[in-house]
Amino acid sequence: MADESIIEVKNLTKMFNNFTAVDDISFDVKKGEVFGLLGPNGAGKSTTLRMLSTLARPTKGTATIGGYDIVKDDTKVRQLIGIVSEKMIMYNRLTARENLWFFGCLFDLPKDVLAKRIDELLEMVQLTRWKNTQVGTFSTGMRQRMNVIRALLNTPQVLYLDEPTLGLDPQSSVEIREFIKKLNRENGTTVVLTTHMMVDADLMCDRIAIIDHGKVVALDTSANLKKMVSGADTHIIKLTIPNLSSTLVEHLQALKCADSVTQESGVELKVLVHGDDALDDIIDATRANGGKIVSMENLEPTLEDVFLHITGHQVRDSADQKIPIGHRHFGTPQGRGR
Amino acid sequence: MSKMGAKDLFAHSFRIAWKDLKDLFRNRLGMVLLVLMPLFMMLLVGLIYPSSGTVTNLQVGLVNDDSGFHNSTLVSQTFITGLQQVNNQTHIMKLSNVTSVADIRDMIKKGELEGGIIIPSNFSESIMTGQQGTIIIINDESNPQISAALQVELKTVIDNLGTALAQQRVQPLNATNSLAVVQPYNVQTQGVVPGNARATYFSFVAPGIMALTVTMSVMTGLPVAISQEKELGTMDGMMVAPINRFSIIFGKALGQTARGMIQGTIVLLLAVILFGVTIQGSILLVYALLILGVFAFVGLGILITSVAKDQETAQMLLMTISFPMMFLSGIFFPIQQMPWYMQDVSKILPLTYEAQALREVMVLGAGVSDITTELIVLIVFGAVLMAIAVPVFRRLMTR
Repeated sequence: MADESIIEVKNLTKMFNNFTAVDDISFDVKKGEVFGLLGPNGAGKSTTLRMLSTLARPTKGTATIGGYDIVKDDTKVRQLIGIVSEKMIMYNRLTARENLWFFGCLFDLPKDVLAKRIDELLEMVQLTRWKNTQVGTFSTGMRQRMNVIRALLNTPQVLYLDEPTLGLDPQSSVEIREFIKKLNRENGTTVVLTTHMMVDADLMCDRIAIIDHGKVVALDTSANLKKMVSGADTHIIKLTIPNLSSTLVEHLQALKCADSVTQESGVELKVLVHGDDALDDIIDATRANGGKIVSMENLEPTLEDVFLHITGHQVRDSADQKIPIGHRHFGTPQGRGR
Repeated sequence: MSKMGAKDLFAHSFRIAWKDLKDLFRNRLGMVLLVLMPLFMMLLVGLIYPSSGTVTNLQVGLVNDDSGFHNSTLVSQTFITGLQQVNNQTHIMKLSNVTSVADIRDMIKKGELEGGIIIPSNFSESIMTGQQGTIIIINDESNPQISAALQVELKTVIDNLGTALAQQRVQPLNATNSLAVVQPYNVQTQGVVPGNARATYFSFVAPGIMALTVTMSVMTGLPVAISQEKELGTMDGMMVAPINRFSIIFGKALGQTARGMIQGTIVLLLAVILFGVTIQGSILLVYALLILGVFAFVGLGILITSVAKDQETAQMLLMTISFPMMFLSGIFFPIQQMPWYMQDVSKILPLTYEAQALREVMVLGAGVSDITTELIVLIVFGAVLMAIAVPVFRRLMTR
């Protein structure tokens, strides 16, 4: 991987009236890497992606794609990028081939080049036999594959994907993930994707920027991010307590050494702890409240734990629904910035 | 953006318009509605339009109180016979005998009758003794259209009878032309176009509906089509292509124009084939006027598109603008029927001029020199709106 940056983001800010969707973020994306923007819905990932693809204008700050400014040289930028948005960009009453032909024509490719490109792309995602079928009759998986190859018509240097696996069944998700990895490996396409799925980020991304409330709160490789949680001082332990009670959970949460306590099931607790005496404290507190520990194990941290560790709340707390516009002005979430 | 010339702009616009038309032709229900909508509109406004010629079978009660003259009711009998003769040709009334005036009033209130004719007791006597014979018409005030038709019809009957009576009386004085003595003035109606005097309401309304369909295609069709693409997400697909953003709006406008022209042609064909409308002027001029109508309204369409964020806002905005336009521009009924202040309002609406020009060409066979005022108004309106819309669109397209 060359160390050269293809995307440079400097103090990018987007405000909608009084609400700051993207708050002064700066980062670089290296040429040929898969870069993930991870965070709950409403964190500002999609807005960031829209600004980087010239679909929204930044309120403040700038960004360049391949050296071109996203505002001043927007037409140049558009030649370099492809975008797979959350909404499927295609016309249901046109056939697969007609859809690709239409969007391809907007890039002024010579007709024979475009025709060849369309055939290649359809072949690549096994849609060749459906090329003359209206896309309205396609399954969700087929539509998502169409949606992806549409973004590849101009052989973009940077491919943006907004929640590429959203609403897909597990098998289609796997297919899309593998396709993106293959594209990145074989063509050297730089990929920037947004997701609130930890699995996506973990499996696909070389580097991950964790975004919360419009700010980048951490940026590193998956492995390095996890080291933040499983350092010498911090541990994730799983406790199995058959007579688990809510008072016990409350007492554990009150402990100084416990950063977070999550109930995984009726009998299991996941506790993120720090400090030398942490294990003793947890055991003491459990026994003092009548809890009986039958097993205790050290867990490898996941990105979920990283997110929790950094932001103090879970991705899924807000991941399941878009935050309504009227309620976006939430204050500091519980336990933030410990 | 400077390097991309007009050629690219048009090439991309055509590509987008062609995509839209393909989408339209594949939409079967949409295609059926494309034909049915103007058909229904023509039929409805054509059939419900109130005119004395089309009112038939009004329930009218007849009371004959005539007590006669020297035991003879010949005069009132003659009147009734004359009334029935005229009515047998026009079928405007359905006469029934009623015993008293009070009964007629009751029956009108109950809705059993729509009017009444009363021959007073001194009718024969008055006429035979050289005085005026009076006939009383009872009106249904709750229905001005019907009572107006009834009055016109009865007046014709009475005029005919009166003329015949007068002719009889003056015959001894001037045997050669008694009619000229009784009615020295005669009115003849002639149209501008010879042989076109039988122009129906459809000839009036067809140009109006054509004007409406074509202008609405860019004024309301464009904002709706664009907000639809925004909501589907396909707008982003075009916006991330390295094309001039104006080619998107021009392409969409072109697609809508083609759609409007198809619909306008359907209206024209329906008017000619089904409703017997004849086109007096040049068909080329008709189409040129339709294109001019599109030009006049495309700026307004772009303006609404830029201002309305979503489909719902667009729809509401359009209702507010298009509703008064539809009814005040003389599409469905002549603006001369409106009170003077509303006529003034209609004179500031550009659709009035589009409909007026089309009507003059189609019905009266007008040429370009006859409709210069309308042409100037439409061109100026279109140019001004375009000059406002283009910068607004440029500013609001990327939020």
